[in-house]
Amino acid sequence: MSLDRRDFLKLTAAGIAVSVFPGCATSASEIVKKKGQRVVIVGGGFGGATAAKYIRMWSENKIEVVLIERNPTFISCPMSNTVLGGSRTIADLTQNYDTLKNKYGIELVRGEVTAVDPQKQTVMLADGYLSYDRLIIAPGVDFMFDRIEGLSAEVAGERIPHAWKAGAQTTLLRKQLESMADGGVFAISIPKAPYRCPPGPYERACQVAFYLKNNKPKSKVLILDANPDIVSKKGLFTAAWNELYPGMVEYRADAEVKQVNVAAKMIKTEFEDVKADVLNIIPPMKAGAVANLAGVVNVDNRWCAVDFLSYESKVHKNIHVIGDSVSAALPKSGHLASSQAKVCVAAIIELMQGRQPDTNPAIANTCYSMVSNNEAVHVAHVYRYNAEKQAMIAADGGGVSGKRSEGEGILANYWLKNILADVLL
Amino acid sequence: MKLIQSQTRNIVCAIGLSLFSVAVHAAVDAHSRNLAASCAACHGTNGQSVGGAPALAGMDKALFVNQMKDFKSGARPATVMHHHAKGYSDEEFEKLADFFAAQSR
Repeated sequence: MSLDRRDFLKLTAAGIAVSVFPGCATSASEIVKKKGQRVVIVGGGFGGATAAKYIRMWSENKIEVVLIERNPTFISCPMSNTVLGGSRTIADLTQNYDTLKNKYGIELVRGEVTAVDPQKQTVMLADGYLSYDRLIIAPGVDFMFDRIEGLSAEVAGERIPHAWKAGAQTTLLRKQLESMADGGVFAISIPKAPYRCPPGPYERACQVAFYLKNNKPKSKVLILDANPDIVSKKGLFTAAWNELYPGMVEYRADAEVKQVNVAAKMIKTEFEDVKADVLNIIPPMKAGAVANLAGVVNVDNRWCAVDFLSYESKVHKNIHVIGDSVSAALPKSGHLASSQAKVCVAAIIELMQGRQPDTNPAIANTCYSMVSNNEAVHVAHVYRYNAEKQAMIAADGGGVSGKRSEGEGILANYWLKNILADVLL
Repeated sequence: MKLIQSQTRNIVCAIGLSLFSVAVHAAVDAHSRNLAASCAACHGTNGQSVGGAPALAGMDKALFVNQMKDFKSGARPATVMHHHAKGYSDEEFEKLADFFAAQSR
């Protein structure tokens, strides 16, 4: 078994959690002194930031909120494929956390969690600890680089970007696309479901094809999908590929990437070797590392089982998990992370007052994909709590667009504007 | 005079706001609020849209229920809303309508 640096750091952190942390908690300094009832949130993405705002809003500022985030700004993953197509930049998708801090009185702590103690109800960071009554873990996904030989966090950061978290890797992938010669092959590999944003890889193929059609028309997009078929919006994506980008997009099912040769830009699937000019390997995913630190990963060693009335972990009391890290029959989307956050905090507010959570939650998801610079398609569902199955189940009547349209492209842009305002402003 | 007008407006606003806040707590239960919260991604926090999808805050209750029923039945053609309307019961339309009607625009 080989350990990369990232794994080593995780093991070290886990070691601290077991052996050193109980001593640390008493000697280290409290980063923000806990005065009243408090919720600590780890992760300021769509789920965590929504949770922070809505606890303050719905508790009329009575519950303290500390939001821990390692990045200085919020960058939206939804719509970030359009950076590859060229209709947006990462700067357009970047927002700060100032309003959460100034308008809602949320304590923002920039840093990385190194340990969680579910018994003492404390969270450890490099420079001290935070105490909580309830902890919400909203870390999004982490990547299982070790599932693909030759791939690592470093390789992804510098050479073979996944760009599955919007930011520097998105910009790097766009640069690689710009540097590619006409006639080149841009390969996108998709992991087996579940992964973050089911339609995202197919939308990305559209955006890359849009750029190539206008700039390098002899080039191709090759999709290597580990799944047996297109996971989401199949008819709409194939129509877009055939009609908008004829002959440019090639799709291969059951093509799980096993190995990558970074220098040669070769990938190996079970059946074939593929050479490409730009490689975009989207690795398999799992719950963000902090879920492991808290010990709440209990499904396939990857995801976190929760009670869907409160999003409380099935492992530890007073620790809640929301968003992509949750094990559920729900697509891992920004909208659903945000919707889950609202159910979770509504329950926490009730529980903190000695009452029971809402027993009949229903949440909605609307997910747009941009198939060109101005046309979009959607999938929308309502998900309802099923008490017998103790699960969120898609209600009848959901579905996808009849056809792509510019009208949906406009709605998609306003969706982003509204959800970002709902989460951050 | 201008100052007085603006102060009067502020006072009126303040009274409006405080009545509104009481009304919300008296008339709209947490379940309705929770149901409505999922609409915010397109229609804004508390239905106060920042553009695109229409604002639902302050919408007439009967109109809201009627529109949702028409989306559900297909009487009113929709781009997206039929997919949502079909997921809720008529009772839930009433709850959602109560919540949005009570929100300031």
